[in-house]
Amino acid sequence: MADVTDWQIERMPTGIPGFDQVTNGGLPRNRTAVVAGTAGSGKTILALQFLVMGLRKYDETGVFVTFEESPEDLIHNVRSFGWDLAGEVEKKRLAIVDATPEPGDVQIESGAFDLSGLMARIEHAVREVNAKRVILDAIGALFPQFTDPNLVRRELHRIGAGLRKLGVTTLMTLERLDDDGAVGRFGVEEFVADNVVILRNRLDQEKRRRTIEILKFRGGMHQKGEYTFTVDADEGVSILPLSAIELKQGSSNKRVSSGIEELDRMCGGGMYRDSIILVSGATGTGKTLTVAHYINAAIQAGERAILFASEESREQLTRNANSWGIDFEGAEKSGLLRIVCRYPDIMGLEDHQLQMRREIDAFKPARIAVDSLSAFEKAGTRRSFREFVIGFTSYVKYLEITGLITDTTAMLMGGQSITETHISTVTDTILLLRYVELHGEMRRGLMILKMRGTQHQKDIREYNIDGQGMHIGAPFRGIHGIMTGTPTYMFTREREHLAEMFSPETPPPPPPKI
Amino acid sequence: MIYRLRLFITGRTPHSIRALDNLRSICETELAGRYEVEIIDVLENPGLADIEKILATPTLVRKLPEPVRKIIGDLSDREKVLLGLDVYSTHHENASIQTGKE
Repeated sequence: MADVTDWQIERMPTGIPGFDQVTNGGLPRNRTAVVAGTAGSGKTILALQFLVMGLRKYDETGVFVTFEESPEDLIHNVRSFGWDLAGEVEKKRLAIVDATPEPGDVQIESGAFDLSGLMARIEHAVREVNAKRVILDAIGALFPQFTDPNLVRRELHRIGAGLRKLGVTTLMTLERLDDDGAVGRFGVEEFVADNVVILRNRLDQEKRRRTIEILKFRGGMHQKGEYTFTVDADEGVSILPLSAIELKQGSSNKRVSSGIEELDRMCGGGMYRDSIILVSGATGTGKTLTVAHYINAAIQAGERAILFASEESREQLTRNANSWGIDFEGAEKSGLLRIVCRYPDIMGLEDHQLQMRREIDAFKPARIAVDSLSAFEKAGTRRSFREFVIGFTSYVKYLEITGLITDTTAMLMGGQSITETHISTVTDTILLLRYVELHGEMRRGLMILKMRGTQHQKDIREYNIDGQGMHIGAPFRGIHGIMTGTPTYMFTREREHLAEMFSPETPPPPPPKI
Repeated sequence: MIYRLRLFITGRTPHSIRALDNLRSICETELAGRYEVEIIDVLENPGLADIEKILATPTLVRKLPEPVRKIIGDLSDREKVLLGLDVYSTHHENASIQTGKE
């Protein structure tokens, strides 16, 4: 690699989704790295995935040394990921070294010894399949087999050096007792000091939260802090990097229609193509209708759109769209629209995010809508929701496509929600839909709160919903406090008086307290 | 009773040579005429080491009489080797009878 200077250690791309991003390129090539974590944190899966991805993506063969689980159990356990280890062994692309203790085996120590036998077997396996990747699973299980932990530590060190001579990249897994504190048991941290990856599996407000942290890579940069990851049947471990893809996206001046003509005019000619639009409003203000218009605009332009629905079923959505004269069913049949209905509670937010990314990758839409994003709040803790929102929106921005998300406010009048506070900074355009109680009547008001990179109208406009959808009418006059939910009336003369004070233009509405 | 033994070593290291010497001495004095020993160099025959799941070398494996026993190290602690091979106990019994104790 041309951009790698001499003092930096070359990296080996692992092929594990997200891992190469958070490590800035993969594992240090021809070195040993340790993955430490508590029981059930995903160490073995990550290590095996390192081997499997090597075989699949880079045609790099591997050796798998197991100290804890029998090879039969391991082969069986990972079959659900679609990893056929037995088949790879038959094809001589994978070799397994079984270093598990024999059950009921009595071993007596008499005099000095070392673990050259193990090293010789590993070396033999590496040569047999011409391996580039080696994993040593659960090195902690080696310690109880011998009386002297110092000897095991020393020998592990020697094995590490031996593997380096063989030119392979090694991943060792090591059990920890606790998510915090010492890297591993048996004082191995001294010897593992060079490259350490930590996996955690914390219980956070009754939800499991898996994270990965690159603690250190000697002689190289990597992303700092914890990143969430999920383990699922399709790919195994998938890491969801947040900052890794943030703020690298370009910016486009191309505008697209929101599907509502008057709204486009208010925005100065439509939405930017690579922007995130947040539509916020109480129940029944017309958020789903805004989504329908927005999707319809894509369909009319012959572009693909994907709709993630978290509150309504497919039937409800298509029926409602039909009532506004928008044909979702036909668009789905012609391949321009894909509707994904998934209730938020069925899985964790990390899994939701992963599934959404996969569907976006598979369908390649020009527009994405999520109705509603706030429904996902229930499915995780505040922190994981925040990460979900940021992860999802930054992915949409990274793809340079248009994203529209809706947010249901808790209060009927005015109000704000967690979603709003979380994502107002990552959104480019915020559209507020509010109920306005006026002379004993419930009416609806719409306002563009913010629109990045362009001028927009600042009026609060009244709108109506009928069989053709949304119609935006005239601005409210002589009334303020709409957005805070406590409107008060002004006398016309007073308003005109104010207008003169701030001439030449009509005064903007009072800043909403958001 | 025949003792069938296998000694796994890795090349001609000091550990290996000491283990060979110690084993020869033990066999000649304690198991004369009733032992078979096979010396296996793991570097030359890693397949057999895989089958016996050898990690440490030197390792002495007692194949017969069953159950299989493993004694690791250069066999310099003679008492432990005899204990591991179950030779010591019979020897000890004889000694007890001779001294008239139980």
